[in-house]
Order: sequence, then structure tokens, then C-alpha cells
Amino acid sequence: MLSRTAAHLYWIGRYVERAEFTARLIEATIRLDALSARPAGESAWESALLVAAAESGFVATGEERTPANVGRYLTLSADNPSSIRSCLDGARSNAKSVRTALTRDAWEAINRSWLNLRGMNAAAGPQEWMQLIEALKAETRGFEGAVHRMLRNESHAFIELGAAVERGDNTARLLDVKYHLLLPEGEQVGGLIDRDQWTTILHTVSAVTAYRWLYRDTLRPWLVAELLLTRGEMPRSLAASAHEVVQQLSFIGRITGMQGEADRLARQRQTTLARASIEEIFAGGLHEWLTGYIVENSRIDRAIGAQFRFA
Amino acid sequence: MADIIAFDEVWGKPHDPAGRPELTDLAGWIADTPASELQRRQQAAEAAFRQLGITFAVYGEEEAAERIIPFDIVPRIFTAPEWRQLSEGLVQRVEAINAFLTDVYGPQRILKEGIVPAELILANPQFRGFLHGTVPPHGIFAHICGIDLVRTGPTDFFVLEDNARTPSGVSYMLENREAMLRLCPELFQRYPVCPVDRYPDSLRETMQSVAPRRGDMPVCVLLTPGHFNSAFYEHSFLADSMGIELVEAADLEVDDDVVWMRTIEGRVRVDVIYRRIDDDYIDPIAFRPDSLLGVPGLIAAYMAGNVALVNAPGTGIADDKAIYSYMPEIVRFYSGDEAKLPNVETYRCREPQALQYTLDNLEKLVVKLVDGSGGYGMLVGPTATKAQVAEFRAALVAEPHRYIAQPTLALSTVPTLTEAGVAPRHVDFRPFCLTGTHGVTIVPGGLTRVALREGSLVVNSSQGGGTKDSLILADAPMTQSMSGMTQSMGAGLTQAMVGMVQSLGEPR
Repeated sequence: MLSRTAAHLYWIGRYVERAEFTARLIEATIRLDALSARPAGESAWESALLVAAAESGFVATGEERTPANVGRYLTLSADNPSSIRSCLDGARSNAKSVRTALTRDAWEAINRSWLNLRGMNAAAGPQEWMQLIEALKAETRGFEGAVHRMLRNESHAFIELGAAVERGDNTARLLDVKYHLLLPEGEQVGGLIDRDQWTTILHTVSAVTAYRWLYRDTLRPWLVAELLLTRGEMPRSLAASAHEVVQQLSFIGRITGMQGEADRLARQRQTTLARASIEEIFAGGLHEWLTGYIVENSRIDRAIGAQFRFA
Repeated sequence: MADIIAFDEVWGKPHDPAGRPELTDLAGWIADTPASELQRRQQAAEAAFRQLGITFAVYGEEEAAERIIPFDIVPRIFTAPEWRQLSEGLVQRVEAINAFLTDVYGPQRILKEGIVPAELILANPQFRGFLHGTVPPHGIFAHICGIDLVRTGPTDFFVLEDNARTPSGVSYMLENREAMLRLCPELFQRYPVCPVDRYPDSLRETMQSVAPRRGDMPVCVLLTPGHFNSAFYEHSFLADSMGIELVEAADLEVDDDVVWMRTIEGRVRVDVIYRRIDDDYIDPIAFRPDSLLGVPGLIAAYMAGNVALVNAPGTGIADDKAIYSYMPEIVRFYSGDEAKLPNVETYRCREPQALQYTLDNLEKLVVKLVDGSGGYGMLVGPTATKAQVAEFRAALVAEPHRYIAQPTLALSTVPTLTEAGVAPRHVDFRPFCLTGTHGVTIVPGGLTRVALREGSLVVNSSQGGGTKDSLILADAPMTQSMSGMTQSMGAGLTQAMVGMVQSLGEPR
């Protein structure tokens, strides 16, 4: 397989994953905004910007930080590389270049989401965003289904690899920002918590019900953190993403007969995560731990690019 | 254009709704199939093309960035004797083109003997002087030629233009046929039609045959400028149907005059490159330094004999419109015979007498830029506005050497589905000729382009032209075996489907 083809497939996986994550983030933020009293609602949008790593980009636009402006920036802005629109542009452009490495279903799911978004009015508000997000979630499910039905070859593996790398990054950033905001330093763990805010986190990673099933307990911040960090049965947890990256890399290694730095780093991370306990993580500082994870994740991303000669 | 009465390939001249004797079946089919049914099938075909993404881009039209070329459901038919006449002429012409290229990049006999003026070649930007003396692998320059033909009567065919650089459109030949087989199967029962689907195999064999390295499996790739290119669909379609990699410049690197492609398993040596990038952009070291589409060092690798480029660089000198007018002499010089496919009479405006004639008769002539393509830079005198004529007059006086002029031909028409029912529309035809070490191969078929506007003679897709399937009829013996195959296939398929329907229905 051409290195460029592999890179396109990897980035399709990343972009689709990020588009869906951003969509869920907006959905959860709209929900939070509606539930909470002012000014908590406004800070909901502010933290959404932080989670999407779009804070400085938004500031650069010079726009006022209103829910409408932030929502539009996250949804439709062409200037925001993480907006749903930019992600879908990216996914489609990559997909077009490797059209024949994808199945028709996979291509059509991407193309339809892209067409939907193009038809959207720039002045649209939360009502329209919600419609868009619903449609997008359906299309990404369709895409995931189509990918699931693909031949288990390198094409499939590179899409899943990209998605897994992106998923880990998104979950880590979500938890980092929200936890930091909700439990400022010095605040007692286990103190009075903002239930709505915590529900928002679970909504973003579609884990509200999963939490109940696993813990049968009311929302407790450290349990939410544990769920998203170390629980392998939770598909968007860091443990599950790290495991997926190792799996896909090993699969590619079996086909090409070669393994390298990316494999080594990914396995190392998986081992670290398996040994980590949530108590230790908190003891060392959650923020520091998550920052370390995000840095390691981009190191693995670079190692993948180098190992398969993406650029 | 109402004053030009053209030969219609189905209804003849004078117009006879019963059809020319050879094609009464087709005329009957056109008459018997209601326009609404034809419309329905045509829409089904176009919907399929859109879903497949068989699109092209029109430069300068942002909104229409992805359009499909209109497809016309009424096919065009060439009888077996007509095709024989054409293919003999095509083989002769393509052999002459390769002989000419070998000569001008070699001994230059044709210049020394004064058949073609030396300065016309040597001062032509399409002549790549630094390649003089370079012999491409196996001595073949133009592996793929698209020869544009027009017709004015039952046996009157002319070459309108040679395309020896990177002719496009072959994917339409293949996709149009797929659509016709699905939507109008009854036509293929009435007529024994030669299949076109071996084109990708023939092309791959042609490419493999010119590999410089002798080995069991030469590595062939198709080099595309990328998915923003108007013909990207064709590039990916061809690569896919040949089973070769579709590469972009960034996938290739040249190391010590050897070309490699980067794969996830390491680099793989490349032997043959079907490049769909023009000379100017293919190597920033040899040609335009600002090209981002090119592969640095590719031309050096070619000159070192380590890679075959399909087509070789420098072939533009053979299809230049200024050279075109010399093609009858060129064919005679190398083949020793008269050209079996004549040229359209051409006035070289670089010659004072021809220029004067052109200026005096602008309203009757077609004037073309020698380096124009795609229907741009072209004046069709009889249909042009006064302003357009005046504009070309000024341009001709200023730079006569950049133009040629030709009489406006009464291009043949083929019945075509229009809003007002089936009506004659002008067409041209581009067959694709492959040249490998085994000689010239022409898959029986080609791209028929049709000017959809009434009276229009410009068939280019960028100017609102459409395409048709071009059916080449097989000789009589083939008829039997073909129809036998159709029957047995048809029966087997029907039974299997009935069986499936039954077993599915059982539980009820």
C-alpha cells in the first residue's frame, strides 16, 4: 500500500472521529446551557472552546463570546480547523483521494454528511445545530458500520488506527478541561458537585447509561475519571483507545512483516495504563497526568507517520 | 447553421426515417421506443454516473466544480467494414506519429529532406531540444494516441486532430458501455457488438511491454496531478481497473536516476509510469520550476533509461496543430503510402497567402489556436458573432503564426435525445490507439462526443458537449458466437434468480 494512501485513510479515521466528538460536545453544551442558570450557561461555551482546543482561534476572530458565536465557530467556521465543517471537509477530501480504497457505503456516509453541512445556513442557531448534529451522528454511525463491514485489510486498519488515536486525544482533553473547571485546586474531592456539569461529560462520550451500569452509584467525579481513564470496557476510555492502537498496529505489522517505534510506544503506553490506578493518578495530579497522556499521544501519532512514511 | 445539410449516420442524406440500409434496426428502435422511455433510461444512466462520481471540473466555474458530462442514450454505430476502414487508417497514422517522433528526436531525416520546415520543429516550444538523442525504452514515444475523427459522408472520414500527449476520455468509452448494456440490452441482442472492456488489460500489457528492466513483473503506476484535476475520476478508474497504484508526485522519489514509490513496507522500484501530467509540470528540474505536481529528477531517470514514461516527454511536437497540416506528407514519408485517413484541409496562417485567404473568408472558416485545446481559442466563423470575428481578425493580423484555419465541415449527425424528441446532432469520434512492443492495438470503440445544442459544431465537454456509446459491429462469424453467449448467460441468470425468489418466498 502506498504511504500516501495509508495517510489518507488514517486521517479519514481521525477527522470523522473528531467531527463526531465536536458534534457531541456541542450537543452536551447546548444541554448544559439550557439547564443551568446564568452565568453558568456562558461558561459552558467557554469550556467547550477549551475542550475543542479552539480557544485561541476563537479569540483571534475578535468576536464576542456569545453562545451563538461560539456555537457557530465550532460548527461551521472554516477558520477553525476543528469545526465540524473543517473536519468533514478534511474527511471528504482525504476520502476522495483514496476513493477506491473505501467501500461505496463508507464513501457515501462521508459524502452525505458533507453535503448536509454545505446546505446549512451560516445564520443557523441551536435548533438547526441540533438537527445537524442528529444527522451527523446518524451518518457517523453509518460510516462506522460501513467500516466494520470492510475487508479486514490495511485500509480498514489505518482508518481504525486514526480513529483510535483521535478518540484518546479527545477524551483526555474533555476530562482535563472539565475536571479542572469543576474541581479547582484545593476543593475537596467528594464535596458538593455540579451534577449537570458531570452529566455533560458523560453525554459527550455517550456514557450516561454505562456509568450507571458499571457503578450503580450517583455521579462521583473520581468514578467518572476512572471510567474514562482506565476502564477497558468503556469504548471511549483512554485504556480502550490505547488497546485499539496496539491492536491495529500489530495487525498492520503482521501484513507488512515490520514493526517499529510506533508499536513500541503504543505497547509501552498500554502497559502503563493497565498498571495505573485512579488513586495514584489523583495523587500525582490528574491535570499533569492527562497532559502527559496528550503529549504521549501526539508522540505516537508522529511515530506512526514516520514509520509508514506519511510525509 | 441551418444551411448546412449534414449526413446523418442513421437516417442518411437525404433524410430517411427508415434508416440507412445498414442501420434500419437502429432506426426502428429509435422510432419504436417512446421518448419518455428514452428519457427515463437516460436519467437512470446519469444518476448512476453521479453516484459513481464520474465527474469532471470545468475550469473557471466554481459552482459547477463537479459536473457530470451529459450522456445521450441513443448510441452511435459503426459497421464492421466502416471500422476496418478506420482502423487501417489509424494504425498507419499512429505508426507514422511514432516514426516521426523517433526521427525528430534522432536523425532528423524529415527535416534534412525538407519535408517539414526545420524551423517549425526546432523553434517549436513543444520540441524538447534537450531530449534530442534520447531514445525511450523500446523506441516507443506515443504509447497512447487519441485520434479525433469527423465524418461527412458514408465513407468520408477525416482526422481533425491528433492527441499524442495525454488524451483523456477513455473512461467514458467504458462507462457508457456499462450503462448501455444495463439500460438497453435489447440493442445488444439485435446487433453483435465488439466488447470494449479489455481496454484496461490491453493498456496494462502495453505498459508492461515497454518496461526497461527485463523481469517477470514490472511495476507500473498511474501518475495523477491529484483529485482536484478535472479528469481525476478517469485516473482512479483506470488505475483501479488495471490493478496498478494511483500515485501522486509526492509518492515518488528519484534516487540515483532510479524512480521509487513510497509504500508502508518501504520503497518499491517503479518501471513504467502512465503519467497524466503534462510535460511542463512533470519535473520541476527539467521543466517549470514552479510545478508542485512534478517529480524532481524524473526526466533524468527517463533519459538514463531507467523508467518508461507513457507517453514519453516531447510527444507534443507530433500533435501540435501547426504540424498537423503536414501529417499527409509525414505519413507518406514514413509509410511510403498515401494517408488512408485524410486530413481536413488546413490553411497555415503563418504562410502569407493562407493568411490572406483566411482573413478574406473568416465567416466561412474555423480558426484555431495552434496551441489551444478543449474548444478554447477557437472561432467557428458561420456561427460566430460579428464581435468574435473582429476579435479573431485582429488576433490573426497580430500573430498569424499562432493560428490555422479550416473549412467549416458539415460534420455528420447522429439521432440524439433532445427536449423536442430525437433529433440530429453533430458528433465527432475519438478512438484510442495503443502502441507497445507488440505493435498497435485498437480496442474496437471510442469516445463519441456530441454537440447537444442544435446546429452547434463544438463537441468539447467544456463547451456543453455530451457523450454517446459507440458500438462497433462485429463481422458475421462473431455474430453467432456472441449471440450464443448472450442466450446462455441470459437463461442461466434468469433461472438462478427465479430459484432465489422462490426459496425466499417459501416461509409464507
